[in-house]
Amino acid sequence: MYENQNRNETMKVGLFIPCYINAVYPQVGVASYKLLKSLGVDVDYPLDQTCCGQPMANAGFENEAHGLAKRFDRLFGQYDYVVGPSASCVVFVRDHYGNLLAEESHRCATEEKIYDICEFVHDVLKPASLRASFPHKVSIQNSCHGVRLMHLSSPSELNVPYYNKLRNLLSLVEGIEVVEPERPDECCGFGGMFAVEEHAVSGQMGRDKVQRHIDTGAEYIAGADSSCLMHQNGIISRNNLPIKTIHVVEILASGL
Amino acid sequence: MSTKHSRNAEKFLKDKEQVRWHDQTLWMVRAKRDNMSRQLPEWERLRDMACAIKMYSNSHLDLLLQEFEKNAQANGAHVYWAKDADEYCSIVYNILRAHSVKHFIKSKSMLAEECGLNEFLEEKGVEVVESDLGERILQLMHKKPSHIVMPAIHIKKEEIGELFVKEMGTEPGNNDQTYLTHAARKNLRRKFIEAEAAMTGANFAVASTGECVVCTNEGNADMGTSQPKIQITAFGMEKIVPDRESLGVFTRLLARSGTGQPITTYTSHYRKPRTGGELHIIIVDNGRSRILADKEHVKTLNCLRCGACMNTCPVYRRSGGYSYTYFIPGPIGINLGMLKAPLHYFDNVSACSLCYSCQNVCPAKVDLADQIYRWRQKLDGLSVASSSKKVMSGGMKALMEHPHLFNLALRNASVVNGLPQWMVYNGLNDWGKEHDMPQFAKESFNEMWKKNKIK
Repeated sequence: MYENQNRNETMKVGLFIPCYINAVYPQVGVASYKLLKSLGVDVDYPLDQTCCGQPMANAGFENEAHGLAKRFDRLFGQYDYVVGPSASCVVFVRDHYGNLLAEESHRCATEEKIYDICEFVHDVLKPASLRASFPHKVSIQNSCHGVRLMHLSSPSELNVPYYNKLRNLLSLVEGIEVVEPERPDECCGFGGMFAVEEHAVSGQMGRDKVQRHIDTGAEYIAGADSSCLMHQNGIISRNNLPIKTIHVVEILASGL
Repeated sequence: MSTKHSRNAEKFLKDKEQVRWHDQTLWMVRAKRDNMSRQLPEWERLRDMACAIKMYSNSHLDLLLQEFEKNAQANGAHVYWAKDADEYCSIVYNILRAHSVKHFIKSKSMLAEECGLNEFLEEKGVEVVESDLGERILQLMHKKPSHIVMPAIHIKKEEIGELFVKEMGTEPGNNDQTYLTHAARKNLRRKFIEAEAAMTGANFAVASTGECVVCTNEGNADMGTSQPKIQITAFGMEKIVPDRESLGVFTRLLARSGTGQPITTYTSHYRKPRTGGELHIIIVDNGRSRILADKEHVKTLNCLRCGACMNTCPVYRRSGGYSYTYFIPGPIGINLGMLKAPLHYFDNVSACSLCYSCQNVCPAKVDLADQIYRWRQKLDGLSVASSSKKVMSGGMKALMEHPHLFNLALRNASVVNGLPQWMVYNGLNDWGKEHDMPQFAKESFNEMWKKNKIK
């Protein structure tokens, strides 16, 4: 069924489960594991992982992420790839660990081999088909860091041809209808501690974003960043809005 | 946990209708910009070129500014160098005093705002009239711009109608845009005629020709400079471009990025004094050479002041220009304020969700969001970091560096779900003001893995 399956078995992947996914959305971790396994990858979950350090760094305390970067690099150094279901956390490791670990005697081993799971499946595993079925209409949450730092889709600001890796993956799912909201990649207003420090603006951004997803007629907001989804979920629940959130990986693993 | 920006934003957000209007109007400008940029297949290359030319020009200021001075003088202009705002204001005043100028007309200049020129001159008894319509409205209202390209974007036409009844004797209750614009034009006509000197800023200064280039939509710069004998043009020294070929890169980007027009209605090249007149050109530093030496922030000198970063900023659109404490709002203003005086303007650094959209729209590729991220890292060293953010961040660090503590927390997290609402949403919990709390899972991924439940 999968043309790459044999080749994939020789790959050793360390599964990176970001802290808040571990605590709030373990089902996203489970779906990630199942999806990778189903694509023939040798997946391992190194115990004792915690947080990549992004929340502290984005709030202005990069120095407090230093120890975490060292731990992370040690935990994941041995794998061929590090794969996690969070574009934002992954891109933090990719873009900032080199700098955070600049004073170490060795090079940071993880920054070049870490992937967001959607990016990894799309760019590395490249399955021609999936077993998944999800007979629902979903609106894609194009997250800022996924789009503008990880290039999961063409940013709306740039004059480049349209592409969207999440859409490509979702289109392998049977029965699904995929749409994107108006202002397809405007920020939903999460931004880590921004959501607390600038809660009024963040809340307004969140309500506006959720409304645009609702306006598509979708039943689900589907994204590659559980943090954006967590923020929007809090807005949905507070205001009793008629839409749900789901991680893309949960849809891709829906038949497993 | 709040800043002056977040508190001002909260106030702005109380008027839901105004917020919706402000957000949609500026988003429309962003959409026009997107549309314009897509009509040029070479758009992204133009941005690369603009960035490269600015990086070149700003690292060759010594040569280019002297070349400009030589050529401008050969054209018959007087050239002055001002090291700061005081020198700039004094040079303008001395020129006006030498010619006994009582009426002075000005087109929009962010440099004049930066240096407090109007206040300085008015104190000395010179009548200063702003000729850009938005600036004129604000001047009559004694208010400051809330956007650098559309300075009066936050003012409703009803307010302008009322103002014009008082100032220009228009018909009460008639708030028709065309009617009000005609009234302003008639009123300004007199000011243009009685002015003894005119001033403009400059969008660009061309080293190879010694000319200053001013882009407007209203033609007010040209109206102003066409009548009086004395013309003053002042620009910050990063406005220099090497030659007309490089100028073309910027004039193609400026209006498309800023207002979504292919080009501003007027692009005026001021090169020589009029017959019998005088042209005075002031080159201003006012902190720019300090920025030049700051590797992490040097790209702010690439800025064309087009305003595109404001139009795209989801925070600016929902908090308004007055929520920022520096006179330039939005992403570029956050950074310029910090470069001007970090201890005065650090409150604006919170006004960013790090969405990076500003960085993508900037025609000269200023790394706006990266710079805001860098400023956040410096706040603690400046002793102005939010203490509650610091506590939260330190607490997270302690937890995350000790996996057994983290795992313990994971095991107990779902207890929070069962707490009564009033305990979770207390006054300290700003998250709870906008959202419901996330529900912790009964079993974390970690525990499921350890119990071998994940297959």
